[in-house]
Amino acid sequence: MTLLLGALTIGLILSLLAMGVMISFRIFSVPDITTDGSITLGAAVAATLIVNGVDPVTATLVATVAGFVAGATTGVLHTQFKIDALLSGILVMTALYSINLRVMGRSNIPLLSNRTLGSMVSDFGTAVFGSERINLLGWMVSPADLALLLAALIAAAVAAVIVLWFFRTEVGTAMRATGDNAQMVRALGANVELYRIFGLATANGLIALSGALFAQYQGFADAQMGIGMVVWGLASVIIGEALTGGTRSLGLTLVGAIFGSVLFRLLVAIALRWGLNPNDLKLITAVFVFAALVLPGLAGRLRRGLAVK
Amino acid sequence: MTAMLSLKGLRKTFNPDTVNEVRALQGVNLEVSDGSFVQLLGMNGSGKSTLLNAVAGSFFVDRGSIELNGADITRWPEHRRAKLIGRVFQNPFSGTSPNLSIAENFALAARRGEFRGLGWALNRSLMKELRDRIATLRMGLEDRLDNAIGSLSGGQRQALTLLMATWRKPKLLLLDEHTAALDPKSADQVIQLTEEVVKREKLTALMVTHSMQQAVSLGDRIVMLHRGQVAHDFSGPAKSRLRPEDLVDRFHEIRRRELLDERAAELLRNSYA
Repeated sequence: MTLLLGALTIGLILSLLAMGVMISFRIFSVPDITTDGSITLGAAVAATLIVNGVDPVTATLVATVAGFVAGATTGVLHTQFKIDALLSGILVMTALYSINLRVMGRSNIPLLSNRTLGSMVSDFGTAVFGSERINLLGWMVSPADLALLLAALIAAAVAAVIVLWFFRTEVGTAMRATGDNAQMVRALGANVELYRIFGLATANGLIALSGALFAQYQGFADAQMGIGMVVWGLASVIIGEALTGGTRSLGLTLVGAIFGSVLFRLLVAIALRWGLNPNDLKLITAVFVFAALVLPGLAGRLRRGLAVK
Repeated sequence: MTAMLSLKGLRKTFNPDTVNEVRALQGVNLEVSDGSFVQLLGMNGSGKSTLLNAVAGSFFVDRGSIELNGADITRWPEHRRAKLIGRVFQNPFSGTSPNLSIAENFALAARRGEFRGLGWALNRSLMKELRDRIATLRMGLEDRLDNAIGSLSGGQRQALTLLMATWRKPKLLLLDEHTAALDPKSADQVIQLTEEVVKREKLTALMVTHSMQQAVSLGDRIVMLHRGQVAHDFSGPAKSRLRPEDLVDRFHEIRRRELLDERAAELLRNSYA
């Protein structure tokens, strides 16, 4: 049962990453590889601050800001220096690898003996429900794990509500149109370049937040933890879109991204349980995203092909 | 009449000093008075669309100045000029954001050139105004405000784009062959709508068209461009007397002169090279 709860919790924490990827990839139409660097950056900054005695809440906020700056850098490279969006992301991601090592001073920081948001929530759960395992719909779960799950759920929900609210404001609506038709947004008097920078910054802020929370949940930050995370986020977004039936509604798309992230994490946990070699995970994720991107078009062509005959 | 728009010596060369060099604008001088509705005519490559884009700020001109409503906007970026200028593009897809709803598209248009803050994009008073004004299009779209604008036909989208461009009265309306991509029936509808809105709001407008018929029947002035310069300029009684055939004659005349030019050049080449 602990395995299932853990998978759900991680899925919810990574749903912040999925929302970030949704913003850059779906709203701004930029496949932003900065993600791989900024999730690690969030973890690295939070972990380093925490082991140096900064309180976890401040550390998490600073980590989020660091991700925001990283995303803004990608945005500036792309819009002000006219570098291809993909290449801008690659440059910043590569730079971040060194920066993350600099921040941490080594390739791995354990947090198991420190007070983190994770340990705070666990302690809170134990204080409220006691340390006995409690019966939840027939499952015996530890109060600490349950508290962590609830906290992750609240974090995901709060983030989703804020993102949803923002993209329905005047400026947020204009930003959504930017990914859709930048020419029109310019003609209606908005600074498209500034919007792109801000959009990428926000996305990476969310992603770094996700990394900071993830590090505090699993109890360590690692320089390698970001590898392939943008594909992970894409997989979550795509699963979410399949779940919500390709709706246009922003709210449903966000809910879809959260569910997609959780479902994907669950599937992975189950596959690992069944003996999947963890080393194959990235390959399988990549193949999955490839299939999800290609299959709808292929199915359509097949259907049309059949219709012609 | 004061000049709303004043263009002085506009020059623009694309890809200078390469084989693809295009001298699109070669010294355009044009004054448009307040409330005037100007038809821009010209052959392909004469610089009509380039002129419109130069005014809109899609690029900066190499030389010359653009003055609009008394302000020198030559160096203003495109999004800043949008405060003064409303635009409708040739491509019906260019003027609207397909994945946003009709209402959301208008929410953007309602703040053209204004600061966009953290207030809700859609509110009740805007929705009410939207329903009323979209109903005047008589397309039945007022009941579909929550539909994605991408689900509408080209004609409907172009009509909406026109309404969006004039939602806040612009100092200048730029219409770039905005009916060229539409079927004849939709094109007529949009032209009729254009005439209505320009008249009602007393707009100053520049319209690029390929249709002699449209040029003759609309507006109060026809400007013919050729090779990036103003070749003919008809206004007042001269414009109202014009028939499409006269315009065709002018085109033939320009073409004939051009052939002569080329023959002369050929002659010179032969005798001197």
